[in-house]
Amino acid sequence: MINRNKLSLRRLLFAASLTLTAGMFYSCSESAAEEAKLPILGNREPVERVVEGQTVVDTLYHQIPDFAFVNQDSQQVTQETFAGKLYVTDFFFTTCPTICPKMKSQMLRVYEQYKDNPNVLLLSHSIDPTHDTVAVLKDYAARLNVTSDKWHFVTGEKDSIYDIATKYMVTAMEDEQEAGGFVHSGAFVLVDENRHVRGVYDGTKPEEVDRLINDIPVLLKEQNDQK
Amino acid sequence: MTRNRSISVVAGLVALTTLTQCFTNRKNEGEKLYVANCQSCHMEDGSGLRGLIPPLAKADYLQLHREELPCLIRHGISGEIVVNGQEYNKEMPGLERLQLDDVTNLLNYIQTNFGNDNQRYTMTEVEELLESCPAH
Repeated sequence: MINRNKLSLRRLLFAASLTLTAGMFYSCSESAAEEAKLPILGNREPVERVVEGQTVVDTLYHQIPDFAFVNQDSQQVTQETFAGKLYVTDFFFTTCPTICPKMKSQMLRVYEQYKDNPNVLLLSHSIDPTHDTVAVLKDYAARLNVTSDKWHFVTGEKDSIYDIATKYMVTAMEDEQEAGGFVHSGAFVLVDENRHVRGVYDGTKPEEVDRLINDIPVLLKEQNDQK
Repeated sequence: MTRNRSISVVAGLVALTTLTQCFTNRKNEGEKLYVANCQSCHMEDGSGLRGLIPPLAKADYLQLHREELPCLIRHGISGEIVVNGQEYNKEMPGLERLQLDDVTNLLNYIQTNFGNDNQRYTMTEVEELLESCPAH
């Protein structure tokens, strides 16, 4: 009798702990599932189409248009360069005396973290393409000791660069009042394989770049799951 | 008597606080100048940026070129330099508007921080060095 009581008590405890563990597991995985998706940023428009006599509304997300620039190796860099991969992009210029060195030191953290992952690339646009020729960018990249198959430094038509900056939702323009002659934001923009903007981070703040470094695996997982 | 004593204690404390505040502010002057003028390129810890921007932290250049530094701060530098065995070639703009005491405070801050334990400058010394800056 005493023995049986003991036994059932033990069973009860076991069952209770099992329920508790399961509960913890469930709540954890649930919140992880909620976190496991980054938002798609930018304007979205509803597009109506008719399927089998029924009107269906699709959402058209903001998408980075086609582009063509030239990198530090004189190679053309287009949207095809990033096909099936995600990339982090920013806007800078090599003679920038203000936030660029900080941005580049932070981008180096992303580079070091993902340099062995072929599905993550980096793309830095010069907003001073007249000065930042291929040769200047090559020297810049070499001095940062980074490889061009991972981190593209691009130059091109000034208008095209300024135009694509707005597509990434980044401010970039010439301004003689500004130190260095250009005003631009220090944003790092995370772009997925469908050319949707999935995150914007302040590239001058280490804690923001921590967030980016943590968001990249979330997006990699999402892209992987879709394959 | 007690009142007198407490007044003098209070007065003494006030004087002491003002004085220390004075010293503290002067002491922070170099750091403030560094944050305002140098930090965005040379970084908070003086580490620089790989092969692009030379470090100040434990930089042999600070000792090897000690006497050139005041002119370098005021008028900038361009062309190749070697710091800790690594070659750098990036223009650094000068800080023409910095006064003599600012240049001295800034240099002393750099020479005694970021792991550096180098000789400080006196204002007279910096003044003399600034008078003989090469053509820029």
